[in-house]
Amino acid sequence: MKRPPTASELNLCLCHSCGLACDMTGEPHQCPRCDAPLHRRKTNSLTRTWAYMFAALAFYVPANLLPVMNTTLLGSGADSTIMSGVLEFWEHGAWDIAVIIFVASIAVPGVKFVALTLLLVTVQRDSHWARKERSKLYRFVELIGYWSMLDVLVVALVAALVKFQALGDIEPRVGILFFGLVVVFTMLSAMSFDPRLIWDNAPDVETEKPRHSTEQVPGHQAV
Amino acid sequence: MASTDQLIICEHCDCVYEKVVLAKHQKTLCVRCGAVLQRYNNLSVEQRLALSFTAAMLWLFANFYPVMSISMKGLKNSATLWDSVLALSQGPITFMAMVAAISIIIAPAFQLVLLIWVLSFALASRRSPGFKLCMRWLETLRPWSMLEVCLLGAMVAVFKLAGMLDVIPGIGLFALAVLSLLLIRIAGHDVRELWDIL
Repeated sequence: MKRPPTASELNLCLCHSCGLACDMTGEPHQCPRCDAPLHRRKTNSLTRTWAYMFAALAFYVPANLLPVMNTTLLGSGADSTIMSGVLEFWEHGAWDIAVIIFVASIAVPGVKFVALTLLLVTVQRDSHWARKERSKLYRFVELIGYWSMLDVLVVALVAALVKFQALGDIEPRVGILFFGLVVVFTMLSAMSFDPRLIWDNAPDVETEKPRHSTEQVPGHQAV
Repeated sequence: MASTDQLIICEHCDCVYEKVVLAKHQKTLCVRCGAVLQRYNNLSVEQRLALSFTAAMLWLFANFYPVMSISMKGLKNSATLWDSVLALSQGPITFMAMVAAISIIIAPAFQLVLLIWVLSFALASRRSPGFKLCMRWLETLRPWSMLEVCLLGAMVAVFKLAGMLDVIPGIGLFALAVLSLLLIRIAGHDVRELWDIL
């Protein structure tokens, strides 16, 4: 089955803000409908994605090593990191909460680093491999993006509540700053990536692609 | 070339399609990359506006009533969303307070104000003053509005504290729960349809 024409073949460009298919004859710089800037591809997509991702990766280390919270109960204080919080829940039998925090705070950023690196490397190598699945992977990364903010908000709420001076006091610690920065930078990184780059070197005719049966065809390669 | 209004470009792979009219529960997918192209929108302008007002009320409740309160040995304390932002604002982590404030208070508030503004005029089939700017901001704000994360966070906080003291969920928490679901519904991608009908 022949794929539909692409926007660049028709000299069109998608406006990311209002979704209009803009006619690019005369190279307009703005969407005629909503005035948002138009780009055929996101500017410096790969460089920006790498840069934001490395920034996030650099913050990921202190985010996990430094304490995020300090709990003082009856005079004796203790710092806790994200992982020690997870373990504490686990030991108290609250495995479900432990899993939620672990997934949101540690697994999600980790998965995002791996997924973005995979997307970046395959695009840079002009890979033909599993385009559709890579598109899916990108959508997944976008979807899980902000859930890592969870721990920041938990610490904020808990710290706002437990304010009993000597009796009991919870304070946020500097780890939470790095942790929040990881979330912000991974979000920026995912936003800078242009998923259309995955398809830019795709051949015109995709072999045997009726909508329902793509999975049954083993090792189909475009001609 | 004929008008490009009726064309739709896949955000994920640049394929061009013609728009189709959808029935309830239908959506169209890109044949090449599988991304969703169109989704059936079952909210009329009136309904969306009504829900926006509801959400605005809930925003007030979520922000002015405590999300939860705790008591320990006769001492009581409660916290609103703003209190939790303030809790982050001390010391070197002030920047995080700003991020938190944007994601759980400011972004949702702006989304609601913009929606009400734009939709009130849409009710009279008119574009509001600054329509373009408002619609662009609605797009920009969406990824930074994280109320649903805040809701899950509040629930985790309940469990975290329940071990050492008594936790009482407040009105703010219930308002937050409904508000976060409403926002997903009314401030989603399909707001863009206003471009076509106005």
